[in-house]
Amino acid sequence: MKKYASFKIAIVAGLGLATMGLASSASAEMASGQVLANTCFSCHGPAGHSVGAMPSLAGKDGEAIKFLLEGYRSGNLKGTVMNRIAKGYSTGEIEALAGYFSSQAK
Amino acid sequence: MSKKNISRRTFNQLLGAAGAATAVGLAAPSVMAAGKGRVVVIGGGFGGATAANYLKQFDPSLDVTMIEPNKTFVTCPFSNTVIGGLNDISFITQSFDGLRARGVNVVHDMVTMIDAAKKEVTLSSGKTIYFDRCIVSPGIDFKYEAIEGNSAALAETMPHAWKAGPQTSLLRKQLEAMPNGGTFLISPPPNPFRCPPGPGERISLVANYFKQHKPKSKIIVLDPKQKFSKQGLFKEGWAKLYPGMIDYRHQSDDGVVLRVDGDKKTLYTDFGEVTGDVVNLIPAQKAGKIAAIAGLTNDQGWCPINQQTFESTIHKNIHVIGDASVSTPMPKSGFAASTQAKICAGAVVAMLKGEAPGTPKFANTCYSLVSADYGISVAMVYGFADGHITKIKGSGGLSPTGASDSFRKQEANYAEGWYKSITKDIWG
Repeated sequence: MKKYASFKIAIVAGLGLATMGLASSASAEMASGQVLANTCFSCHGPAGHSVGAMPSLAGKDGEAIKFLLEGYRSGNLKGTVMNRIAKGYSTGEIEALAGYFSSQAK
Repeated sequence: MSKKNISRRTFNQLLGAAGAATAVGLAAPSVMAAGKGRVVVIGGGFGGATAANYLKQFDPSLDVTMIEPNKTFVTCPFSNTVIGGLNDISFITQSFDGLRARGVNVVHDMVTMIDAAKKEVTLSSGKTIYFDRCIVSPGIDFKYEAIEGNSAALAETMPHAWKAGPQTSLLRKQLEAMPNGGTFLISPPPNPFRCPPGPGERISLVANYFKQHKPKSKIIVLDPKQKFSKQGLFKEGWAKLYPGMIDYRHQSDDGVVLRVDGDKKTLYTDFGEVTGDVVNLIPAQKAGKIAAIAGLTNDQGWCPINQQTFESTIHKNIHVIGDASVSTPMPKSGFAASTQAKICAGAVVAMLKGEAPGTPKFANTCYSLVSADYGISVAMVYGFADGHITKIKGSGGLSPTGASDSFRKQEANYAEGWYKSITKDIWG
């Protein structure tokens, strides 16, 4: 999952240069992996360490997380709420999420 | 006063003014970044506690003070399981020890004023606390006056139970004391209000209790609205689990309550009156009291904000999150308040450093229990476009109608899983 992380850093750095001195609304169009992941913690636990029935995501294989989220998004995989959630994320965002969770300690 | 004292004081004042002038004259952000940022968070609920927690996670050097009058926080989410007898009140009671361990200065006091110009909050103890930025998460207050005869005093004996704690326990006690064959009379509030699917869940879990312990009892609902959240799913569940027990009267079925008589336990509508053995009148709502006192509210009683940073559009340097804020199209839910708090905390950390705040992106999922083994949900993913929080097209929606028992059971398990994870995430 290293490649996602470095990809993200490259984007952020690039945007930082491009938007320097511009209004805040012109900042990064895509939220960072951390910001995207923050909302997942409400069900999947702090930093992806689930306390209850939802699966933990921290330290899981990034490719597997990507496969699951894309499967829920396309409908190839049937979940309960995750089909409805996954449809709200782009491929880039799914990769950033996979990058974030796979880089967390189990 | 001696001359020496005066001159020293004047000297200090001049120094202060000069310091401020220098900060303004030079690049302000870099000056602020060098200092230790001071953030005051008002409220220790889903919004406030998350904000305090994540401020320290994002920038451990910040000086974060959270002010909350109660020694523990009793959550509205899952309070219906206490009212329905599935859980004890201790299950929904959260401690602030986790926040203290993170380095948050937790102060148990009441904020009596927020001075936007002086950037300070005043506590009921008389103490004042300075802030660089303030995050206000005051929850809701009630418009008792909207229904004739209703009052905060009446709620002491006829609980709304729409703020969890003693109100929750009182309603539970009344249901336990009610005879088999009695009537539970409930009136949900008009829009907008905290936890849109909450009344449906309360009706469900009271029905679940009656079915098991007082099967001759009835539930009458007087709803001033024509439709309610997850209506199709709730009514499907009620027909299956509690046939004939729930008499739901909408706006067009004379469901609008105009007057209450507490002594007679009676609610009066346009054309009739209904008496209950236990009455649960949930009042119309507005932002929590301190928001109005601090002049953060609009004429509807809610707090308008910049939806990227949650900074008030009325007072600079003060942010409002959660139920009190105008965060449409997000619902007034604990999940929404918590996820907003993280975006707001990120924005506050960035703004204190003179950096641009990030782009919000968040989700909300609201689980409801129709019974202990029967869960339903509604979800949505939100982005940010043209200055507003927007629903991501194609995402979100309700659990399917006609789903299998195992699907409902799984969502009931996830409801509890959600509660355990989010409370751990917030209060530690």
